[in-house]
Amino acid sequence: MNGADSVFVFICTALVFIMTPALALFYGGMVRSKNVLSTSMHSYALIAIVSVQWVVVGYSFAFGDNLGGIIGGFQHALMNGVGFEPNTIYSATIPHNLFFMFQLMFAIITPALISGAFAERIKFSSFLVFITAWIFLVYDPIAHWVWGDGGWLRTLGALDFAGGNVVHISSGVTGLVAALVLGKRKNRSAARPHNIPFSILGVGLLIVGWYGFNAGSALGFNAAAMTAFITTNTAAACGMIGWVAFEWIKTKKPTALGAVSGAVAGLVAITPGAGFVTIPGSMAIGLIGGIICYFAVSVMKKKFGYDDALDAFGVHGVGGTIGGLLVGFFAIVSNETLTPKGSEGFFYGGGFSLLGKQAIAIVATYVLAGVVSFILLKVIDKVMGLRSSEEAEAIGLDVADHGEEAYGGMAV
Amino acid sequence: MKEEFDMRANEKPFVKIDIITRPESFDALKDELNKIGITGMTVSNVLGCGMQKGYKEYYRGTEVEINLRPKVKVEVVVCEVPVQKVIDAAMKVLRTGKVGDGKIFVSELTNVYKIRTGEAGWAALQDIE
Repeated sequence: MNGADSVFVFICTALVFIMTPALALFYGGMVRSKNVLSTSMHSYALIAIVSVQWVVVGYSFAFGDNLGGIIGGFQHALMNGVGFEPNTIYSATIPHNLFFMFQLMFAIITPALISGAFAERIKFSSFLVFITAWIFLVYDPIAHWVWGDGGWLRTLGALDFAGGNVVHISSGVTGLVAALVLGKRKNRSAARPHNIPFSILGVGLLIVGWYGFNAGSALGFNAAAMTAFITTNTAAACGMIGWVAFEWIKTKKPTALGAVSGAVAGLVAITPGAGFVTIPGSMAIGLIGGIICYFAVSVMKKKFGYDDALDAFGVHGVGGTIGGLLVGFFAIVSNETLTPKGSEGFFYGGGFSLLGKQAIAIVATYVLAGVVSFILLKVIDKVMGLRSSEEAEAIGLDVADHGEEAYGGMAV
Repeated sequence: MKEEFDMRANEKPFVKIDIITRPESFDALKDELNKIGITGMTVSNVLGCGMQKGYKEYYRGTEVEINLRPKVKVEVVVCEVPVQKVIDAAMKVLRTGKVGDGKIFVSELTNVYKIRTGEAGWAALQDIE
């Protein structure tokens, strides 16, 4: 066990935790004031639900003994066998239970990301049922496939450094399906952000958290952790530049919300490859991610007409897909990266081998997340109804579902 | 003041119409008003109560009764456009039949001025550069 590695990952764990409140700020600022608490609760409630589920069985399903390459078993249920001693399969130099906690933070933020798609119109009780089922049926399996020992995508050789598939594509695709099943918000044209400073502050904190998310995924304070730290920051910067440039060209106005959204797009795009690519590679990845996500949000969404309210799919789904595929081009085997030997990307002599594996992983994630989410949503709709009533949607979910007003109402 | 009233003896009266209704109906109302030739309006977020019952809110276990509901107030002033046309347009888009549809108040004004040009009366209400 290495002290420096352990302290480092401990701090990164706390940093990744911050991303959930940061996300609540980011999303909360983008909805109307009557829905800010509802939107925030979509993130905060998960801290409670996922933390408990992870201890009871979630960690075991994701990282426990392998069953057919599809899911873990009950080996580590209730943290059985998860103690201070390192688990050499996953992280030889840090405590096993620290690895457990680090992964918990990923498990919390992933379902929170989905909420961007169904903001302002989902019943809170139905949301809780859906999201609890989702972590069992989508997050834990995909985490096992990609990161679990024996998981079939890990065995195949697909690479996902910090969660492009596991976190962003799974949540983004689920968001798209949810937006389609729930339908558009009534009075959508009146919807606009009520507090953009919240959103930009939220992204500021997300960036800090992302340093922990990506660099910490090296699971030690090593060369790859530093590479991931720098690629993360560089991709965020280039994502912002790319988005703002195209927004400026298209609408003549570079917006603050656009700038921070571009940074997020860059960060999502670098997530699958943070510790596998070069710094110049990360510039390209961030730039491409920022630009393509800008068009996904401003053009594609309008064209197809789905109401992905806060762009869960447009930024996380699309960004994660682009980033995952670009790993197939930019992955480099070196002392500064954790790219396994033989997994060079296209630009480093690997041909299309890695790219092909990345594509398979991405398609598999789309299929599992899309199909399972669709079934879950339809079943829940039949049993208890999914969408808020018209009156609840009009009054606002804060008052309708939570009996609360965020800003104190008028002092009358 | 007497001059103004004499000047206006042959003019149509200026009528102010206050429409208080649900905030989510505003877009439809604005579009309908535009259709009948009204482009200028003043809009405010208000709180109000009438027959709609209040609702309860909870703060750390304490129950609070909230009796005012958010509404939107739209004020327009017309001269050329017939008042009944405005009423009919508003009723058409705003009536849902449920408690909470709102109210329309009609009053007569003594004068109207356009600040940019200093014009008063009928000229003040015309949309001319």
